[in-house]
Amino acid sequence: MTDLEPVIGLEIHVQLKTRTKMFCGCELSFGDPPNTHTCPVCLGLPGSLPVANARAVHFGLMIGMALESELAPRSIFHRKNYFYPDLPKGYQISQYDEPLCLGGKLGDVRIHRVHLEEDAAKLIHVGSSGRIQGSEESVVDFNRGGTPLAEIVTEPDLRTAEQAGEWLRLLRTTLRQLGVSDVNMEEGSLRCDANISLRPAGSSELGTKTELKNMNSFRFIERGIRAEIARQEKLLRSGERVVQETLHYDPASHAITTLRSKEEAHDYRYFPEPDLVPIAIEQAMLDAAAEAMGELPAARAERLQRTLGLSADSARQLAFRSELGDYFEAALAAAVEPAPPAQALANWISSDLLARLQDGAEASGEGAGGESVDGDPNHSRVKPAAIAALVGLASAKQISVGAARQVLDRLVAEGGDPVAIVAAEGLAALDGEGDELAAIVAAALEANTDAAERVRGGNAKAIGPIVGYVMRETKGRADGGEVTKLVNEQLGI
Amino acid sequence: MSDAELTDLSAAEAAREIAAGEIAAGELFEAYRARAAEHASGAGLNCFTWVAPGAPAEPSLGGDGAPGTQGGALQGVPLAVKDLFCTEGVPSQSGSKILEGYLPPYTATAVSRLTGAGASLLGKTNQDEFAMGSSNENSAYGPVLNPWDRKRVPGGSSGGSAAAVAAGLAPWALGTDTGGSIRQPAALCGIVGLKPTYGAVSRYGMIAFASSLDQAGPLTRDVTDAALMLRHLVVHDERDATSLSFPEEIVLPSAERLEGIRLGVPRELTSNSTGGDGDGEGIERGVLDAFRAALGRAEELGAEIVESVELPHAPHALSAYYVLAPAEASSNLARFDGVRYGLRAESPKDLVDMYTRTRHDGFGPEVKRRIMLGTYALSSGYYDAFYGRAQRVRTKIGEDFRTAFDQVDLIVTPTAPTVAFKLGEKTADPLAMYLNDFCTVPMSLAGIPAISIPCGLSDGLPVGLQIAGPAFSENRLLDAAHALERALGFDGSKARV
Repeated sequence: MTDLEPVIGLEIHVQLKTRTKMFCGCELSFGDPPNTHTCPVCLGLPGSLPVANARAVHFGLMIGMALESELAPRSIFHRKNYFYPDLPKGYQISQYDEPLCLGGKLGDVRIHRVHLEEDAAKLIHVGSSGRIQGSEESVVDFNRGGTPLAEIVTEPDLRTAEQAGEWLRLLRTTLRQLGVSDVNMEEGSLRCDANISLRPAGSSELGTKTELKNMNSFRFIERGIRAEIARQEKLLRSGERVVQETLHYDPASHAITTLRSKEEAHDYRYFPEPDLVPIAIEQAMLDAAAEAMGELPAARAERLQRTLGLSADSARQLAFRSELGDYFEAALAAAVEPAPPAQALANWISSDLLARLQDGAEASGEGAGGESVDGDPNHSRVKPAAIAALVGLASAKQISVGAARQVLDRLVAEGGDPVAIVAAEGLAALDGEGDELAAIVAAALEANTDAAERVRGGNAKAIGPIVGYVMRETKGRADGGEVTKLVNEQLGI
Repeated sequence: MSDAELTDLSAAEAAREIAAGEIAAGELFEAYRARAAEHASGAGLNCFTWVAPGAPAEPSLGGDGAPGTQGGALQGVPLAVKDLFCTEGVPSQSGSKILEGYLPPYTATAVSRLTGAGASLLGKTNQDEFAMGSSNENSAYGPVLNPWDRKRVPGGSSGGSAAAVAAGLAPWALGTDTGGSIRQPAALCGIVGLKPTYGAVSRYGMIAFASSLDQAGPLTRDVTDAALMLRHLVVHDERDATSLSFPEEIVLPSAERLEGIRLGVPRELTSNSTGGDGDGEGIERGVLDAFRAALGRAEELGAEIVESVELPHAPHALSAYYVLAPAEASSNLARFDGVRYGLRAESPKDLVDMYTRTRHDGFGPEVKRRIMLGTYALSSGYYDAFYGRAQRVRTKIGEDFRTAFDQVDLIVTPTAPTVAFKLGEKTADPLAMYLNDFCTVPMSLAGIPAISIPCGLSDGLPVGLQIAGPAFSENRLLDAAHALERALGFDGSKARV
């Protein structure tokens, strides 16, 4: 049988970080006592009317610009009608065939559309099942009801679970950098559903798809997609068919169960929301959105690579984690002579510094790919000017790499100025031309005669104990390369 | 002043007398309160579903409350309000069992505009359930009786408001009009009813029937009172996204002549056939006679009568309306699900059972009929054939009016095809009932203002004349209505109880 190729598209719901809800003046909240942020509008009381939040439209335009979408000069809200207790009006105000943003692209994934809508309230089911069927009682918290959402729909351009996860991280960074959302999966401000189908490799037709819901962390998204791909593959390989349906992923058991079949799909009876007027985009709104945009990760990576000569990997690493990029650029700006080369600075930040910060940080609750606040160098004791000075000293070989790492340990623990630390601790590199280092090397050879003989006999690896001696004696101030050179000289090699 | 003398005053007169200190607001309120209470909750004409328990405490100062001012322009004038306006802490049931005893936590903008100007809430008036009906027989709180003939309907859906004003139980009333619900009951009860331009009056706090058509407006004894109430109603309300700023101040009408006014008489809405399927239901001869006689008076006042004006799509308005309005209603009424307020079925088996029984028990037959109509019209696969086509008809009707208003200043038609009909006469035939809106629905679909004034009697029952104008032409409309009202000299006193 031919190979099967997965085809994956994502639908992402992002809670927008406006001050107030999508259609009323209630403030957004998270974790407040239930039903303390409500009014006649978001409770759907008789006679109440929605008024669209201009800030949400502004954020929607920023998202559209970031995703290179076409921004509709006129878009309208529709009513999506269905009954559920978390939907107080019996319809959700959403956008249908005239959304705010059409098309677009982020990374190598095409965007189908972006539209605005309101979030549902939160249902809490009391009793055994945790779902509305079979629970003793269900209560509704309307604090979340009416929170502005942007729904971002991709084209089916993803092929693997890992690719989906990586792309979603890029989207998250982009949205975070725009400042339009907290994009926190745990708190539900970023939610993702996946449309998944399989087809024979090389085919351009799409197979029957399923929609997988309820994947509430990056880890579960990748696991859920993998599990669904495996389920579909098993079906197809055993000659069965995939049924179009909406599926529920249980992160605890990894079980995939049917939420509703195609036949049970709602007829939402969409029609234009008569309580709202069309969103007419004026130039001033576009200007305001463009001005608020800032530089986005993809553009930043390209700039770092182009203007600073960073490697592609380094540039992406810094750009896709905007806090790293910000820290890096702040350090570069604060640098004095000897100035650190950009690539060396990038390496020190993203490997040595980050490793130390993450070791000291508590395990993040956000799972794979989750950034820990404690791992953010901007929140550490190591000031950007300090890391720049340190890398400058090391690159100019005014201190050894080993000494630089010692200084970094100090900086992470206590902060301070690397130049002062180097001076106070006497960590300045020993000059290979001077007599001091040569004398210590001579002492090291004397103390390790066996090793010296083996090196002389051609076993270069035997040099370890000799270098170790020198490093101990110099407290790491000596440059490893310099020591090896002196050893070879003194042994007459 | 005796109670009878007090309640003979129009709203504008009463406001003037109170401001001048000639009459006491408390006495006026009590005189009306006593009369209203006799016709409430199933008694008498059954106009009211709630009557204020007593005179409001110290009338609050309207206006800026500065020393020396006598409060707002409407200080102390009692106001009857259609049940569907939300009034804080006062039952607001929209004529429906599903909202029995519902006490809103806020007050509709239209109501607070008037009370803010000093008017006092006298009571809530009976109506067809969720404003769906033309006879007030669809109220869960019993039908309203027409004060001209208690065997007859007052029209609907603002039937309680119209009958209360006609009978002298309130100086004036606030109503709503979706396809004719102010104008038709005003016509059948022999009073004045104005549907303003869509967007002129805030819909915030009006329990919705069909959002793109609903509009609040006055039901009054005369045209001056209609202008006075409208002046205080119009406002741009930030809580209603469809609300518009009225481009000019509403002035109290003073015209006595109609010189230079071209009145268009569209054949489509003024013949004794209502078009469509030729079922013989047309505009009654007696109604047409009174209408033609009124046109004669208009000519005497100097108006030019233009018979050549056409509204070619108007005969299709009713069909489009009965797709669009139920479609919106089916969605607007989805919130009545028993979850948060109003009726909830006892000990439901599960969620669907609760929804089903709550709505089965809470809604009356006409409301259910329209929910089903609207749900069907919006269903996948039928949307274009019904809702889409009806929207295109609506657009055409708007174009018809714009073309017509290039040719004439105002358009005149009878308001309703018949005078008040007997209770029960049309309840078995929904389509016959729907034909009541034949002349009023086109203006609703076009969003333009229209006023109904009494223009005479047919078989001892009042006939309404409808005058419609372009959007925001209310001042011109009121002036023309005022001149005609004076010339016609309609006597509505026979309906006073």
